[in-house]
Amino acid sequence: MSVQIKGIREGLLVSIDSEEWPVAERNLLEELDRQKEFLKGAKLILNLEGHDITAASMGRLRDQLSDQGLSLWGVLSRSPLTERSAQAMGLATRIHGSEPEPEEEIVEEEAPEAQPAGSAVLLKKTLRSGSNITHHGDVTVIGDVNPGAQIVAGGDVVIWGRLRGLVHAGAEGNESAVVCAMDLSPTQLRIAGHIAIPPKERGTPRPEIAFVRDGQVVAEEWAPPSATAQ
Amino acid sequence: MNGRVITVTSGKGGVGKTTATANIGAALASIGKKVVCLDADIGLRNLDVVMGLENRIVYDIVDVVEGRCKLRQAMIRDKRLEELHLIPAAQTRDKNAISPKDMQRVCDELRKDFDFILIDSPAGIERGFKNAIAPADEIIIITNPEVSAVRDADRIIGIVEAEQKGPPKLVINRINSDLVERGDMLAVADVLELLAVDLIGIVQEDQAVLVSTNRGTPIALEPRSKTGQAFRDIARRLAGEQVPFTRANGGGFLGRLSKLIRAGSKKDA
Repeated sequence: MSVQIKGIREGLLVSIDSEEWPVAERNLLEELDRQKEFLKGAKLILNLEGHDITAASMGRLRDQLSDQGLSLWGVLSRSPLTERSAQAMGLATRIHGSEPEPEEEIVEEEAPEAQPAGSAVLLKKTLRSGSNITHHGDVTVIGDVNPGAQIVAGGDVVIWGRLRGLVHAGAEGNESAVVCAMDLSPTQLRIAGHIAIPPKERGTPRPEIAFVRDGQVVAEEWAPPSATAQ
Repeated sequence: MNGRVITVTSGKGGVGKTTATANIGAALASIGKKVVCLDADIGLRNLDVVMGLENRIVYDIVDVVEGRCKLRQAMIRDKRLEELHLIPAAQTRDKNAISPKDMQRVCDELRKDFDFILIDSPAGIERGFKNAIAPADEIIIITNPEVSAVRDADRIIGIVEAEQKGPPKLVINRINSDLVERGDMLAVADVLELLAVDLIGIVQEDQAVLVSTNRGTPIALEPRSKTGQAFRDIARRLAGEQVPFTRANGGGFLGRLSKLIRAGSKKDA
C-alpha cells in the first residue's frame, strides 16, 4: 500500500504505507514533497496505524512538515505511545469527520491505554493544561486535572485528585453518566447534553459526585454507597 | 568539560525570561563558573540589551549556523565578568532561520568549553520554543503569580515532560508580598500546589530590576540588592548547593507558605 491522501472535513487525511517506520516516514515526506504545489498550506491528519512514535520524533516530523508548508493538525493511531505523543503536542487524536466508513474503525481503537473500546482507562498522572483525553468508555485519573486540560468520555469519569479542568461525561448522550472527584472544582462540567458551571466560592474541598437530576447537573457529597441513598 | 545546557522558558511572554537568563548567567559567572548565554529569540533579540552588550555584536547565531563565521567569533565576552559570554540572536531573521538540529550542534560544541549554557527561549510553543528546548539537559520555567502565567507554565511543563527533558525547575518571579498578604495575588503555595514541580527560586517584584535592565547591568551583580541575592541563590542552587529559602528573599508570604505546608501535613496525617 502506498501513501494515500484524501480530503475530509477537517483537512487532508494522509495514510502512510505499510513499510517500517523510518522508511514509511521517508516515503511519506517524499510523496508530500512531490505534491507540494498542490498541497501547500493544507491541514494534515496523519493516520500512523500501529507505529510507535515518541513525542520527540513527532516534533521533528511536524517541523519537517511545516518546512514543506504543511501544518500537522491531527494524528490517528492504534499505538498508545503515539497517541500520547500527539496529545502532548496538542494535536487532535480523533476526527469527527462526516465520512464514517474508514474512520469508524480508528475511532473505535483510539483508547489512550490500548484497551478495547467501551472499557475503562486508567491514567496515573497529572493532566496539565493542553492535554486532551478522549475515550468511548469510562476514564479514571489518579492525579489532578488542571485548568486547561480536557476529558471527554462516553461513560463515567472518576478523578482521584483535584478536578479543575473540563470534563464531559456521557459525551455520546448517556444521561446517567457521573463525574466524581476528591475536589470537584471544574472550569466547566458537562454530562450528556447538560452544561454546568460550578460556583466560584467554595468551602473546604470534599469528595463529590455530579450527575443529572431532573434535567440539571447536581453535585452531592461522594460517600460509600452504603452511607447514601444512591 | 561537559557543560549543562539549561533552557529558560515560560510559555507566556513578559514574565521575565530574558532578565532571569541574564541574571542567573551573571550570578553563575560571579561564583567562577564558565557561562555562555544563548539568545534563541531570533527576530526579537533582547538578551544583548539586558546584558549591556548590544553595541559589541558583530556576528550572531544565524551567522554561525549558516557558516558565515566561527562559533568563537559570534561569542561576546562580558565587560565585567571574564567567565560570562553571550551568543546573540539575529534581529533581521525569524525563528525558521535555524532548526532544532542546528541548536543541538551548536550546544554540543559549547559543552566542551563551558560549565553552563543558558538558553533564553522565546515565548510561545512554536518553532522558536522547539529550537530552544531541543538541546536542553534541564529546563527552568519562569512564571509570575498570576493565573494566566501559571496556566501557560502548566502547559509548558506538560510538553517538557512529554519530550522527556526531565522534571523542570520553577522560578516564581515578581512576587509582591503586600498583595499576597491582602489575598489579591496568588501565593507561592498556590502556584506550587497547581504546578507540582521543584521550586528553585522566588524573586520579589522590584523596580530596581527595571532600572538595571535598562542600564544593561544585571541586578545579580549588585551585592546589596535583595533581588540580586534571589538570583545569586538560584545560581548556587543550580551549582548544587543547598540554599534555604530565607526571609531575606522571601518576605511575608513565606510565613504563609510554611503555615500552609504545616496545615497540609497535618491534614495528610
